[in-house]
Amino acid sequence: MNASPNAVEVAPGTHWIGALDPSLRDFDIILKTANGTTYNSYCVRGDDGVAIIDTVKASHADEFFTRLEQVARYDEISTIVLNHLEPDHSGALPELMRRAPQAKLYISAKAHLMLKALVKTDDLRFNVVETGDRVELGGRTLHFFSTPFLHWPDTQCTLVEEQGILFSGDVFGCHFCDPRLFNDKVGDFRFSFEYYYQHIMRPFREHVLEALELLEPLALKTIAPAHGPILRDAPQSYLQRYKQLAAPLLHNEVGANDKSLLVFYISSYGNTALMAQAVAEGAETEDGVRVSLYDLQASGGLPFVDLIEEADGIAIGSPTINGDAVKPVWDLLSSLAVIKVRDKLGASFGSYGWSGEAINMIEDRLRGLKLRVPVKGVRAKLIPNEEEMQRCRDLGKQLAQHLTGNLQRRVISMSELLSQES
Amino acid sequence: MPKANVTFEKLGVTISVPAGTRLIEISEKVGASITYGCREGECGTCIMKIVSGMEHMSERSVLEDKVLQENMAGSSHRLACQAQVLGGDITVKA
Repeated sequence: MNASPNAVEVAPGTHWIGALDPSLRDFDIILKTANGTTYNSYCVRGDDGVAIIDTVKASHADEFFTRLEQVARYDEISTIVLNHLEPDHSGALPELMRRAPQAKLYISAKAHLMLKALVKTDDLRFNVVETGDRVELGGRTLHFFSTPFLHWPDTQCTLVEEQGILFSGDVFGCHFCDPRLFNDKVGDFRFSFEYYYQHIMRPFREHVLEALELLEPLALKTIAPAHGPILRDAPQSYLQRYKQLAAPLLHNEVGANDKSLLVFYISSYGNTALMAQAVAEGAETEDGVRVSLYDLQASGGLPFVDLIEEADGIAIGSPTINGDAVKPVWDLLSSLAVIKVRDKLGASFGSYGWSGEAINMIEDRLRGLKLRVPVKGVRAKLIPNEEEMQRCRDLGKQLAQHLTGNLQRRVISMSELLSQES
Repeated sequence: MPKANVTFEKLGVTISVPAGTRLIEISEKVGASITYGCREGECGTCIMKIVSGMEHMSERSVLEDKVLQENMAGSSHRLACQAQVLGGDITVKA
């Protein structure tokens, strides 16, 4: 293995000039990195100018500049492209702009405010690019592709047309540090590739599919992501793998027009379980909704995240213990950041002994996750009586009607709304 | 007292409210909006898309304009904590 800070040729005139971070074990708090990561930056030389694609984390700037200086002088740099402005890619940007003040900076439209927040100056000069825009370097053409939300609003990809090299930013990247750099040379990084997708790209799978439509027709010879191995061997297979990963995880047996409602509960004395049963019963009276009932007591949490990703609505039942919903409920709710839940239907219910705060707290969390919570949850003091059980059935039915769209639309007054609150 | 009808499109509910009510007061009660954020027009948490009836909303303040621009919101968006409904029929995407 060669870990000396040398620039590495990717193709004639195009070099990797990034940095290795082999000792990193946690990335952005949320990711484990068993053998570190790389911050990939690239230099593309044309007859009329040199482009730098992305930079590195500020702590690794020296390594980046050492490699850069091996393949280009600062006064030759005509172009800087940032495909993504997270600090691990923009950290060395201010210093690079200071050393190469003549270089023009190219970013996506949505990168502007992030750039301002990172560079901390109002004197910012940059060019906004979108799909179809090109920059000529003389014999090398940079072609930009807007691929937003992979995994930030600002993300884009840049193709060197003549070489078929796609600088993809975080897409197709992974946290895997191996100085041999290329996918046909490094150790087995497949788990890192999958893990990265599941934790970084999964919430944005609709955007992944949109990006793939843009990128699939390209005759790619190399995918050069911003982290991990450079994919020069069978690059198309990584696009195909992303397509598989972005497809629904489970075969959905619900009819094409049917909606799926998941009722989760956890119960200390069986009261919340009774309520959950009633919510499910109520929902089942509505045609076109498939209702599933799950006890969170038996969960490890994770399989339910897969189910929720595919569901149209979730109702969560929790007892209130010491003024709070119970931990398995929060464990479930805190694990939803890896999937898209926005605009799904949400609801809450539960039995309580003293005060019953859990229901409102769960509703607030569901709203915080941008679910719709149109139906007020049901609380029952200890053992639910028949009236409370009926309210649970009504809750289930209303949720089902919200899902099918069969809900009678009506105008209610603000005072009526306020009285429902109390 | 003049009234306005505010329809929450995704929730499928219409609320009749007194003119002058701020959108956030309604959206919180119907469960359409998160209940935290600064509520003072600074954080941009409560940006809401107005599907129709923008002419029945209060004018944007300079502060609201600035926050909407910073969040790259288009002309059909408002901050729920700042925008008041003045009458007529308004539909919001929530």
